[in-house]
Amino acid sequence: MIKRLVLGEAGIGVALVVLAGFFVLAAPNFATEQNLRNIMTQITLNTVLAVGMTFVILVGGIDLSVGSSMALCAVVSGTMMAGSSSPATLIGAILVSVLVGGVVGWLNGFISEQWRVPSFIVTLAMLNIARGAAERYTDAATIYNLPAALNDFGTLTLIGIPAVFWVAVLLAGAGWFVLSRTVFGRLIYATGNNEEAVRLSGHKTSRIKIAAFVIAGFTVGIAAILYMARLNIASPILGQGYELNAIAAVVIGGASLMGGRGSMVGTFLGACLLGVLTNGLLLMGVSDFERQIITGLVILVAVVLDAYRLRLARKLAVTQPAQPAAPNPVAS
Amino acid sequence: MMRVTGLVKRFPGVVALDGVDLDIRAGEIHALVGENGAGKSTLVKALAGIHPPDGGSMTLDGRPYKPGSAADGLAAGISVVHQELALLPYLTVAENLFLRALPRKAGVVDRRRLRTDAAALLAEIGLDVAPDTPVERLGIAQMQLVEIAKAISTEARLLIMDEPTATLTSRESGRLFGILRGLRERGVAIVYISHHLQEVLELADRVTVLRNGRSVVSRPMAGVTAPDLVRAMVGRDLAQEYPPLPERAAGEEMLKVTGLRVSGFDGPLSFSVRAGEVVGFAGLVGAGRTEAMRAIFGADTALAGTIELHGRKVRVRHPKDAVRHGISLLTEDRKSQGLVLDLPISANVTLAKLRGALLSFKRERALAQQYGSRLHLRSAGVSQHVRTLSGGNQQKVVLAKWLNAGSDVLIVDEPTRGIDVGAKYEIHELLLGLAAEGKALLVVSSDLPELMGICDRILVFSRGKIAGEVARADFDAEHILTLAYSGYLKNGEKP
Repeated sequence: MIKRLVLGEAGIGVALVVLAGFFVLAAPNFATEQNLRNIMTQITLNTVLAVGMTFVILVGGIDLSVGSSMALCAVVSGTMMAGSSSPATLIGAILVSVLVGGVVGWLNGFISEQWRVPSFIVTLAMLNIARGAAERYTDAATIYNLPAALNDFGTLTLIGIPAVFWVAVLLAGAGWFVLSRTVFGRLIYATGNNEEAVRLSGHKTSRIKIAAFVIAGFTVGIAAILYMARLNIASPILGQGYELNAIAAVVIGGASLMGGRGSMVGTFLGACLLGVLTNGLLLMGVSDFERQIITGLVILVAVVLDAYRLRLARKLAVTQPAQPAAPNPVAS
Repeated sequence: MMRVTGLVKRFPGVVALDGVDLDIRAGEIHALVGENGAGKSTLVKALAGIHPPDGGSMTLDGRPYKPGSAADGLAAGISVVHQELALLPYLTVAENLFLRALPRKAGVVDRRRLRTDAAALLAEIGLDVAPDTPVERLGIAQMQLVEIAKAISTEARLLIMDEPTATLTSRESGRLFGILRGLRERGVAIVYISHHLQEVLELADRVTVLRNGRSVVSRPMAGVTAPDLVRAMVGRDLAQEYPPLPERAAGEEMLKVTGLRVSGFDGPLSFSVRAGEVVGFAGLVGAGRTEAMRAIFGADTALAGTIELHGRKVRVRHPKDAVRHGISLLTEDRKSQGLVLDLPISANVTLAKLRGALLSFKRERALAQQYGSRLHLRSAGVSQHVRTLSGGNQQKVVLAKWLNAGSDVLIVDEPTRGIDVGAKYEIHELLLGLAAEGKALLVVSSDLPELMGICDRILVFSRGKIAGEVARADFDAEHILTLAYSGYLKNGEKP
């Protein structure tokens, strides 16, 4: 039981409940139905991006380009569907957005694998390239008059929950399934843990890592559509700094930046925690500056606790008693 | 000099040391032997101050010795060469050697003195590398020698060496023994831990045998034989050191390698292995055996050469091709190349044969359990993480992975390095069993008795070439070693 609490995602879940409980008492209007819907809408984009980021971080990579790449996806697909009311155009634009995201992700993965360059550097370059490409594409102009159907979807609620948040939940669920139930997910974890051992077991680890970046790209394309659905505009300057929030959610969720450790449930809870924190502090009237400081502190506490948790886990695992029949205890 | 009485060390759930008595005298080489898990490494860590003991006492020169940390151990003059290497890969050999106290002139590092001091130390230990070489460019045996040189340089009173020769050739080991004997003359006490009983018999003055956390024997070496030690270690008689070779009919030619050339080595190499045959590859470390095997498996790119399986030419450009064609490679470094340490046993067992889209946890667990009982794997269950297993059990997991892959050709590189006697016998038995099933086995080992114990014939590598082939009837250690050195004596000329 203690082990479950310490080792699983339960820790972050408990933190989320405690934080929410605090805001229920301290922040006016926090515990209203409308505010809960607000929180869900606010964390949708970060959740979607964090789902893809989890794959990348699990294979030991990082993707700094998601914010810029999201802007590129938005302006390309936004230009395509602006002023149109045809459902075919809308669907086409959605597919194009996902495709553009996927291509950028593939480039990130392919370049870093082909030339053995850390993805940190490759995606840092891509952060600039995609942003520049987005601005060039629209000459820095903002795109309005997006299809009404898209905007309708952005304000739609299903069973009292915003439709855009349903998309985020579905994506997180799909991500959880892939990571924990499929061969591909197993290879993602194994590659992040020990790439050479996986390669020498007959797997093309480069392909696995590139696939992780492509998945992240797909989620960027979906996030771009959800952004436009909510705000009804596409702008080449949107999404600045989003990559850092996505990384923060994944790390708060217990992932290791070295790869091989993390989970989709953790990521989802991490995104929720960040969203609840921002929302609650806002309702309490905490200023923008102070909110940033507190958010930073929360990230610090989360990673320090996690490092401590990992040490404890190793200790528990090492000293776990072997079977009674075993003549050789583990410690040697 | 150092006296240990009734030492106890508990980890939650496990008693690692359960009453160890040890008496170390100045100017002696004291061997410490025991199976993996017997408590040798824990004892070393207690002596060095890394793990303070829970009970018993230690005295140093008659005064109580209670180290609270590794720094206390160092201050008391106790220096340890651990099994795991602790070098900084991007620093030079010289910097690694003197990291504890870099020579200084006017506040900055005195590069010239650093280099000359390092060169002197390297010459003493007989390691032929430039002091300015970054450690990452060294081979694993050379790194081990640097680690040993580092420990010697501290002028310790008590030098503890945990498996120092695991990666060394016999020539390098021989030189190390000379150095240790020199230190003994100077009054340094040396605790020497090794699975190599022959070394222990040659080198040590006294021996202590640990079994299940207790010291069962502690006596002068005179009159002790290897079977005596093995008996004391395992608490039973092992009928013989190697299992009997199974009866087999000579099978068809399974693997044929022609004209293989590997980057950095002369070659070309040509040889073949029949079904049911166990072929050994002897040679000095760095003779190109590992590199040749990696090339056959597609782990590294071969410059030239063809590989035929069952008489059919196959292309192997990636380990994926090799696995598909039924070739397995058990690598020399199981932790960094063979296992995913933070995944459970079951996930490691199935790693080389993950097919389809969905995982089947039930089948995976059943498979792991099946191989676990076949290989006598000792674990707390198939969901135990591989990191927490002992070396021998980790190696069994790697073997299970390749058994599960179902290959016809199994290449094993140093299959029993750093593994205790009992597990070693079990692994040899298993390898011979696979040969009896008609698989072709290629065994690379620096442990010549091992090759002579389990192989049908031995190919001897020397400087990237095959210097000779010896059939089982003609096995003779001296002859094989002569072949292994032949390429180095002719100064690289073609014979």
